[in-house]
Amino acid sequence: MNANEKADTNAHWPAIRFTVNGESRTVNVPPMKRLLDVLREDLHLTGTKEGCGEGECGSCSVRMNDELVNSCLVPVLQAEGAEIQTVEGLALEGELDPLQEAFLQNGGAQCGICTPGMLMAAAQLLAHRPHPSETEIREGLAGNLCRCTGFTRIVASVAAAARSTESNPAMEPELEQTHHAR
Amino acid sequence: MNTHATTRIVGAPVPRKEGVDKLVGRACYVDDMKREGMWYGATVRSTIPRGLIRSIAFDRRIEWSEFTVVTAADIPGENIIQLIVADQPCLADGKVNHCEEPILLLAHPDKHKLREALGGVKIEYDALPPVFTIEESEQQDQIVWGADNLLKSFLLEKGDVDSAWAGAGHIVEGEYRTGAQEHLYIENQGIIAEYSAEDGVTVWGSLQCPYYVFKALRGVFDLPDEKVRVIQTETGGAFGGKEDYPSILASHAALLAKKSGHPVKMVYDRMEDLAATTKRHPARVRHRTALDKDGKLLAIEIHLDTDGGAYATLSSTVLSRATLHSTGPYLCPNVRVRAQSWATNHVPYGAFRGFGAPQAVFAMERHMDEIAATLDMDPVELRRKNFLHDGDTNATEQLMREPIILDKLLDRALQASAYHAKCAQFARENELNPIKRGMGIAAFYHGSGFTGSGELYLNSLAGVDVTPESKVRVLVSNTEFGQGTNTILTQIASEALGIEYSDVTMAAPDTDMVPNSGPTVASRTSMVVGRLIERACLQLISRLREQAGLGATHTREEFLAACERYRVAHGEVSSMCRYEAPPDIYWDDQKYHGEAYGAYAWAIYVAQVAVDTVTYSAEVENFWAVQEVGRVLHPVLAAGQIEGGIAQGIGYALYEKVVLDGGRMTNNQMTNYIMPTAEDVPPIHVYFEEVPFRYGGFGAKGLGELPHDGPAPAILNAIRDATGVSFNSIPLLPEDLYAGLAASHPVEEPALP
Ligand code: FES
Ligand code: FES
Repeated sequence: MNANEKADTNAHWPAIRFTVNGESRTVNVPPMKRLLDVLREDLHLTGTKEGCGEGECGSCSVRMNDELVNSCLVPVLQAEGAEIQTVEGLALEGELDPLQEAFLQNGGAQCGICTPGMLMAAAQLLAHRPHPSETEIREGLAGNLCRCTGFTRIVASVAAAARSTESNPAMEPELEQTHHAR
Repeated sequence: MNTHATTRIVGAPVPRKEGVDKLVGRACYVDDMKREGMWYGATVRSTIPRGLIRSIAFDRRIEWSEFTVVTAADIPGENIIQLIVADQPCLADGKVNHCEEPILLLAHPDKHKLREALGGVKIEYDALPPVFTIEESEQQDQIVWGADNLLKSFLLEKGDVDSAWAGAGHIVEGEYRTGAQEHLYIENQGIIAEYSAEDGVTVWGSLQCPYYVFKALRGVFDLPDEKVRVIQTETGGAFGGKEDYPSILASHAALLAKKSGHPVKMVYDRMEDLAATTKRHPARVRHRTALDKDGKLLAIEIHLDTDGGAYATLSSTVLSRATLHSTGPYLCPNVRVRAQSWATNHVPYGAFRGFGAPQAVFAMERHMDEIAATLDMDPVELRRKNFLHDGDTNATEQLMREPIILDKLLDRALQASAYHAKCAQFARENELNPIKRGMGIAAFYHGSGFTGSGELYLNSLAGVDVTPESKVRVLVSNTEFGQGTNTILTQIASEALGIEYSDVTMAAPDTDMVPNSGPTVASRTSMVVGRLIERACLQLISRLREQAGLGATHTREEFLAACERYRVAHGEVSSMCRYEAPPDIYWDDQKYHGEAYGAYAWAIYVAQVAVDTVTYSAEVENFWAVQEVGRVLHPVLAAGQIEGGIAQGIGYALYEKVVLDGGRMTNNQMTNYIMPTAEDVPPIHVYFEEVPFRYGGFGAKGLGELPHDGPAPAILNAIRDATGVSFNSIPLLPEDLYAGLAASHPVEEPALP
C-alpha cells in the first residue's frame, strides 16, 4: 500500500456513502477525488477504465442514479447517496447478462478496454429505449470511443441484445457477412 | 494439407478466448495491477526540438530525498534502445534531438507528488537549429542525423523506365501527401517493472512484442538472458503503437525499479502518450506514369519520401513496405521506385497498421483516378485493364504463383455497391443539390508476413504442450491485443489435434514460458505462426501414433490418454516447430528483387461519400469491402478486423490531424485529436472470397493490416467523383475542402434551393 492510499483512507476525511452494484459502500477519501479513482483504487473495482481523463473517450462510463456519467469527471462527493452501477454489476452470480452475451456472440469486444464503458452506455440506452433503431444506437454510443471495432459489431451486439428480450429471440443479428469458398 | 472446408472449429464463430474476462471487467490490464511496495514513475522530457543540455537544476522547495532520480549515468549497460540501428538513447545524454525526448526519470510512492516534482526540474539548453520537414531534411543544410540525414533509401527497378517515356501515348504526373496519424489505442502505454539482484529485471506491460522488449532490456542492463523476463498484460489496443515504444518505457520503469529498490509503475496519461510516442510516418509520394493510348501501363516512376523523425527506429522497414506496395496490384513492365526516409527533429515515427503501405497505396490509387480523368476513362476499367493475373510478375519481378481473383473481387464490389447505378444517379442529382455525392474505388494488395528473407532471419519457434492436468497449451510469444491471436491459434491447435476448442489454452505471454515465435506484427500471426502451430500439432499426433498407441482416428479422451502414456515414457509432452520457408523463395535484399512476400491479400474497396458544399464537411455514407485473405479462420473476428481497420482508415482520410508546431504536437488530447465516433462510421459491408493458401495456418493469409490501406484513396476518389476537384493530401479536413473547392469554383453561384 502506498503513502497516497494511506492518506486517502485516513478517517480524517469525511465519510461518503453510496451504493455500488447494489452494495452500500462508505469511503473516507478526499471529496474531490475522482469517482473513477475511488472505484478503482479504494473499492478495487478495476473493470472501469481510464482512457483520457477528460471526458472524451467514455471508457470510464458508469451509471449513476440512472444517468450515464464519465466517472473521470465526477468528484466523489457528488456520488453521496447515489446508486452506481459498474461493469462488475452486470453479470450477477457468474451469469452473463444478455448484453454481455450479445457482445460475446457478435464480436462486440476486441481489445476490451472500451468494453466496460460501452456496456454501461448500452445498458443505459436499453433501459430507456428497449428497442432502439440503428441510428439511436449510434447516437447512444457516440460518447464512447472504440478504436478496434469500427463500431459495426458493437452496434450489432446492442441490437441483438435488444432483440433477445423481444418475444422472438431467435432472430439473427442484422449483420451482413458473406463468405464464398473456392 | 488440411485446408479444405471440412473443419469443425477453424472457420466457426467460436467465442473469443478471453472474451468473458473482458466482458465482466476481470481482464487485467497493466494499470489494474499492483505490486507490493509499488512506486510510480514519471519522465522529464525535452521541451526543445534540438540542442545541447547545458544544465539540470532541481527546485529546492521539493524534498528530493523522497524521490528516486535516474539519469543516463545510472544505466548499467549501453544507453541505447536496441532495434535496427543503435542510434536512440534510452535517456538523452548531453543533447536532445526531439521535443519530448526523455532526459531524466523520477519515482515516488505518491503519484500526485510526482506530478509536482516534474515541474521542479529545470533544464537549460543551448538550442541548435532544427529540421522539421522532408524538404528541409533533403536540402541537407542542417545535418541532424548521420552524414546526410538519410535514415534509409531503397531503389527498386524493373525493366527500362527511361526508354518508356518516348513512345508513351500519355504521361501523367502527380504528387500525393499523407499526414502523421496517432494510433489512439484506448489504453495508454504502461509498464510495471521490478528488479532484484537474483532475478534481474521483470516487467509486465501493455505491449505487442515481448522479445523486442527483452532484447532492449538485456542491452540497457547488460544482463544475461536468464535475468530478463517480459510478461505481456492484457493489452487495450496497439495497432503497431506498442511494437517498439514499450522497449523504451520498460527500460525506464526498470531503471527506476533498480535504483529505488521498489516495483515501479509507469502509465502515461493521454497527453503524454499522444505527445511522446510514435505515430504513422508522414509521406510525400511523386508519381510519373507512362501509358499506351488504350490505358495500359508502360512505366511507373515513383519518388517516395517519408519523415522518419529524430531516430531510425523502424523507418527502414516501414519504408521497405511502402516501396513494395507503391505500384499496387498492377502489371507494369518498367518500374523505378526511389524511396528515402529522412531524419527530422520530430518525435520518431514508428509502426502503425499497414506499415508504410497506406501511404503508398493512397498515392497509387489516387493517381489511378487522375490517370483515368486524364485519359477520359472509367476508373474501374482502367484498373481492370492493368490488374495482375496468375503468372505475371509484380514490381520486384515476383512470379505470381497463387491464384489472383481481382476481377472477381471487382465484380462483386461493383455489384454489392451498385456502383455504376449510383455513379449515374449522383451525377444527375448533384447538379441541383448542395450536397454532392460520389463513389470512389481502390484496388490494392498487402503482403503477409515479414518482407523478403525477414521470416527466415526471424527463425520463429512455436509449438504446443500438454500439461499433467491435461491442458493443451499453445506456446508462442505472439500476443493478443484485440485482433484475436488467442482465439485463432487455439482454433488451429484444437482443429489439428482433433480435440475441442475448450481443451486448448494459450500459455502465458511470458518470455520465461514461451519461445520466440517472432513479433506480433506484419499480418504474420495467422499465416506464419498459425502454420507453425498446425505443423507442431500434426507432428505431435504422428508422434503419439508412433510412440503412444494413438489410433488412426481418435476421440479427445483417446488423445489425452495417449498423451499420458507418452508422458510416462518420455517425461513431457510437447511439440515445437521452426519456420521453414516455402520452396522456391528467392529474394535479393540489395536489388529489392524477387519474392517480396510469401503471400498477398487482395482487396477492392468502394466508398460512397457526401460532400456538403455549404458546411464543407465530407461524410462517408456507405462502405463496401471485398477481399481475399486466404482461408477465413473466424468469420466474426475477421470481419471485425476489416471493419476496425476501415474506421481507422476513414479517420486517416477525413478526421485525424496531428498538429505540429515547433516539433511539438499541440493537439495532444482526445478533445482536439478527433477520431470517428459511432455516428461518423457508416455501415460497412464486408465480403470475403476464400482462396486457401498452401503455406498458411489452415490456409490463412494475413488480414490485420489490409483494411487500413484502401479507405483513404477510395474516399478521396469519391470526393473527386462528387465535386470534380482532385484532393491529393490527407487528412482532408473541412478547411482543406473549402480551400480546394473555393479555388476550383471561384465564381460559382450558390446552388439553387
Ligand atoms: S477516461 Fe473518462 S472519458 Fe475518458
Ligand atoms: S475493443 Fe478495443 S477499443 Fe474497443
